[in-house]
Amino acid sequence: MATTKMTLAKSLTSGMRKAMERDPKVVLIGEDIGKLGGVFRITEGLQKDFGEDRVIDSPLAESGIVGTALGMALRGYRPVCEIQFDGFVYPAFDQIVSQVAKMHARGLGAVRVPMVIRIPFGGGIGSPEHHSESPEAYFAHTAGLRTVACSNPEDAHWMIQQAIECDDPVIFFEPKRRYHDKGEYDVDAAAAPRGLFEANVVRAGTDVTVVGYGPVVKTMLEAAAAAETEGTSLEVIDLRSLSPLPIDVITASVRKTGRLVCVQEASSFLGMSSEISAQVTEQCFYDLEAPVIRVAGANIPYPPSRMEDNFLPDLDRILDGVDRALAY
Amino acid sequence: MSDKAVAERQEPTPSVGDGGPDMIQLLTPEGQRVSHPDYDKYVENLTADDLRSFYRDLVLIRRLDAEGYALQRQGELGLWPSLLGQEAAQVGSGRALRPHDFVFPTYREHGVGFVRGMDPQSSLQLFRGVSQGGWDPKENNFHLYTIVIGAQALHATGYAMGVKMDGNVGTGDPERDTAVICYFGDGASSQGDVSEAFVYAASFDAPVVFFCQNNQWAISEPVTKQTRIPLFQRARGFGFPGLRVDGNDILATYAVTKHCLDMARSGNGPVLVEAYTYRMGAHTTADDPTKYRISAEVEQWKFRDPILRLKSYLAHEGMADESFFKAVDEEADGFAAELRAGCLSLETMPGHTMWDHAYAEDHPVMEAERAAFLAYQASFEEAN
Ligand SMILES: Cc1ncc(C[n+]2csc(CCOP(=O)(O)OP(=O)(O)O)c2C)c(N)n1
Ligand SMILES: [Mg+2]
Repeated sequence: MATTKMTLAKSLTSGMRKAMERDPKVVLIGEDIGKLGGVFRITEGLQKDFGEDRVIDSPLAESGIVGTALGMALRGYRPVCEIQFDGFVYPAFDQIVSQVAKMHARGLGAVRVPMVIRIPFGGGIGSPEHHSESPEAYFAHTAGLRTVACSNPEDAHWMIQQAIECDDPVIFFEPKRRYHDKGEYDVDAAAAPRGLFEANVVRAGTDVTVVGYGPVVKTMLEAAAAAETEGTSLEVIDLRSLSPLPIDVITASVRKTGRLVCVQEASSFLGMSSEISAQVTEQCFYDLEAPVIRVAGANIPYPPSRMEDNFLPDLDRILDGVDRALAY
Repeated sequence: MSDKAVAERQEPTPSVGDGGPDMIQLLTPEGQRVSHPDYDKYVENLTADDLRSFYRDLVLIRRLDAEGYALQRQGELGLWPSLLGQEAAQVGSGRALRPHDFVFPTYREHGVGFVRGMDPQSSLQLFRGVSQGGWDPKENNFHLYTIVIGAQALHATGYAMGVKMDGNVGTGDPERDTAVICYFGDGASSQGDVSEAFVYAASFDAPVVFFCQNNQWAISEPVTKQTRIPLFQRARGFGFPGLRVDGNDILATYAVTKHCLDMARSGNGPVLVEAYTYRMGAHTTADDPTKYRISAEVEQWKFRDPILRLKSYLAHEGMADESFFKAVDEEADGFAAELRAGCLSLETMPGHTMWDHAYAEDHPVMEAERAAFLAYQASFEEAN
């Protein structure tokens, strides 16, 4: 087994390249994804190798990206849309929730719309307004969509391929501030280590379960290492799939630890953590030693970049959450 | 605005206009054939049989519409959007299509669906509330109805981009070259999605014909609320041709649509057709047009009735006589009876099937909720 060291960004590129080599119906569409390779260079080199028909520079209109991609899917293609930044997906919101999500149900199964909508999300990159948001709950809330978030290079490589192979529409969140993180794995492995909609226990522990997804997974692992030095053992779960929610992995862990801290960059109100908290309370009421604690973004518009450290859950805030869970 | 700008500003087309000098017409409202240098050729080869079948389609879909209305009034349908007055726009354009062309309708194109070979009951299931559509678009190359105004313009454009990527444009092989037609209304012309579709279609030379039925009204709003210029002129700003056709003239609608489909198939990119017509009925059965439009306007449009126009022409040219018209009416009676019976036989699916098609692949929530629903229902049976 030969392993390669690759960034998360390049892992997405290699995953898409593999999907495009395997299936000529896979096409990419988005703003600046051709010659430039996208503002984050995730599609770098792909237009050169697959041509302008398969790596399509779109006009600057997001509803158009998603709506025409849906039309291509109806024609038998497997489009992968790139939304340039999280805050720019809203012009396409209607197409996503009213058309993409509902098409299969509308036709009683007669039409499939296998398409992926890639969205770089999350803050921590010092950007102006609209470039640091976490809109995942809107999509996870919508039936008919599947919503996932990758957190590391190996997952990025596999999850994007699995999302493209999925016959349902998948909203694919990419942790933009982790694009340049490196990981070492076997790029040519025969199969993905796990299914697209499965959570992953990335660190086993006994005292408190900590669950999150996307950019905060790394922070949770750092928090777990720090907690260990103080004698607290954290079990860290990378959720990976936000919808469907792999709740069984969380409840199994909570039955062991009795304590749960949910971490997300998105504002806490009606976020993923709210849903996890509700389901864990329903299913693990007698196993819980403490209420489910949420460590999340504040319920305000995303702040100016010089203030974003106050907004984002960091190592200390996660440890503070752990302390609060342990105080019961 | 300067005086000059005001003077130069084109006045919006009044809702009871004659369509203006740009409107392409082959049959006058009185049913007289007028010649047009560019479009005669598209109708010259139509036989008397063809024209009689046009007439039959018009009558049958008007009947379909009347039954839809009646079924709603009798409580068998939840809602019915009437196509009354728009028969020629729908049959003329629908009959211009080739079988492998693909249609993206709104919620009002029952007539286009009919000429595509759709079971007329298809649209009834949606308005009866037994499904949200439920037909397979591939069967007649007729997509599911789209209710969100204008959203389908992007789907049509993307589909057409796919046709082009498939290499099915401009080959010269009529079995292969494919066009997409996108229906929408005058109100829809204001939607961002329609503008975006125009941009995308132009940018990618997509083989799509945007077919706008300007029926003068978007619920209670006249077309003047949507536009200062005649709608077909919008195309120019996007860099492709726009044409206005008399939407109550089946020959002109047929000819113009055929011409535009040919252009799209040959690789010339998109075209906009504005079919100038009139919504004779209410917006839907839930609407009350007496609150916003005067009956004199409707009365005026009665003189432009699309069916009478073709009927006069057929009779005058000796292509059909009373016995033919009577036979069509009788056929319509039978058709209506079948339609009614079909509508009443559309059964409501059991509740647990609601979870069946939200996703194409297995989904744990669907299975869990369906099981919980069935268990909940069963708990009542046990209690009894
Ligand atoms: C996005 C959206 N907004 C509002 C509505 C409610 N609505 C249904 S039909 C209609 C008017 C549409 O007018 P037009 O496009 O001219 O089509 P017509 O009904 O005349 O055929 C409106 C406002 C809708 N279906 N979708
Ligand atoms: Mg209208």
